[in-house]
Amino acid sequence: MNIRKTLFDPVFKNNPIALQILGICSALAVTTRMESVLVMSVAVVLVTGFSGLSVSLIRSVVPSSIRIIVMMTIIASLVIITDQILKAFVYDIAKSMTVYIGLIITNCIVMGRAEAYAMKNPPLMSFLDGIGNGLGYSLILIFVGFFRELAGSGQLFGHTLFMPASEGGWFVGNGMALLSPSAFFLIGLFIWGLRTWKKDQVEEE
Amino acid sequence: MGNDSVAKTLTVATLLCLVCSILVSLSAIGLRERQKENKALDEKKNLLLVAGLLDSDDVSREEILKAYEAVETRVIDFERGDFTTHIDPETYDQERASRNPSENHTIDPEEDLAGIKTRARYGKIYIVREGEEISLIVIPVKGKGLWSTLYGLLALGPDANTVSGIGFYAHGETPGLGGEIDNPSWQALWKGKKIYDPEGHPVVRVIKGQVNPDNPESIHQIDGLTGATVTSTGVENLINYWHEEDQYGTFLAKLRESYEH
Repeated sequence: MNIRKTLFDPVFKNNPIALQILGICSALAVTTRMESVLVMSVAVVLVTGFSGLSVSLIRSVVPSSIRIIVMMTIIASLVIITDQILKAFVYDIAKSMTVYIGLIITNCIVMGRAEAYAMKNPPLMSFLDGIGNGLGYSLILIFVGFFRELAGSGQLFGHTLFMPASEGGWFVGNGMALLSPSAFFLIGLFIWGLRTWKKDQVEEE
Repeated sequence: MGNDSVAKTLTVATLLCLVCSILVSLSAIGLRERQKENKALDEKKNLLLVAGLLDSDDVSREEILKAYEAVETRVIDFERGDFTTHIDPETYDQERASRNPSENHTIDPEEDLAGIKTRARYGKIYIVREGEEISLIVIPVKGKGLWSTLYGLLALGPDANTVSGIGFYAHGETPGLGGEIDNPSWQALWKGKKIYDPEGHPVVRVIKGQVNPDNPESIHQIDGLTGATVTSTGVENLINYWHEEDQYGTFLAKLRESYEH
């Protein structure tokens, strides 16, 4: 097994959002500001990585009848711990997105990778697979967040780049960019671009 | 197939739950002090920002604590409209009291301008003095916006009528639309506006479009937020609600009277 392949394949070649179409829900919710995008990305990378690791560690003793609940319990515990850490160390950002951090539990990517990969592979590779999928998810989030924040409020990371008309500048924010539907368009454009570049991802007619 | 026996299933489930719950408890308890401190510091910072005692929100913990020394926290009995000494202002949690049936007051739906259903019977108030004279009063306000309850603070000058600052520390409005209540240039429009008309009724209006400065009513009016009519109306209602007689109004009226003499 190839470490580099496991880690980086999910970023472009087998991106969880663009190809597996998992985890769209939170990609819509947290992408209005780059700051929240980054915190969310780090949180998801950590949770997918460590859930892969822990599920893989106990994979040989888990009875298959309760394996989904076992994974859920592990993921939920990791998410709560992540949430507690964020609240203790980056309070300002955690305050504005604590609901979405909790919702990582329901993020299909985490569960999907635990079931599809970690149950069958050794701990280190599962950990890397989790990190890789988290990164693939982060890539889309950053892409979507970048355009939504820029088009919607003329800012990046909360710094004003385009002076808005309401403050004497020229920029009129695109209201739709701030609402969830715009993320669908952006993810759609991203998938289009990705499949033009990597033609083998196009589904057969 | 050995994994699927009942005994094994129960053992795995029990052990897993045990390990997970220990980890979760450890992280929650181990970080609790830090979180509490963050929260308290955040509340102080919000208050100082609204009161205009801090210039930017990028300040150190020491600066916040130092600036906060100027703030005196008191509790008001809404019924009497005066300070109460029954309650320790340091530990009183107005938000919790508003949700506790034995400590709250159910608001008559006809009077529930802010859409909050219940409120505490005692209210916090923050006072900044210059010498003996009151120079600034800050009151907590809350009420419904479009999606969420807005929690904010309003600072009034020594006349208990002129707004000197407003800020919202928690809300879930749409960023860029209703979320613009956090925009400093919109908040700056509130400065110098009067809450009360000469009869002592709170008459703040957040109007659609821009305020015409020639209009004699403009002293009570603030520009509405574009694309956020419901949030704008919500802000108007909640500011007026908390300044009514049954809430902070009676107390503020006393201050206004003593200020005028």
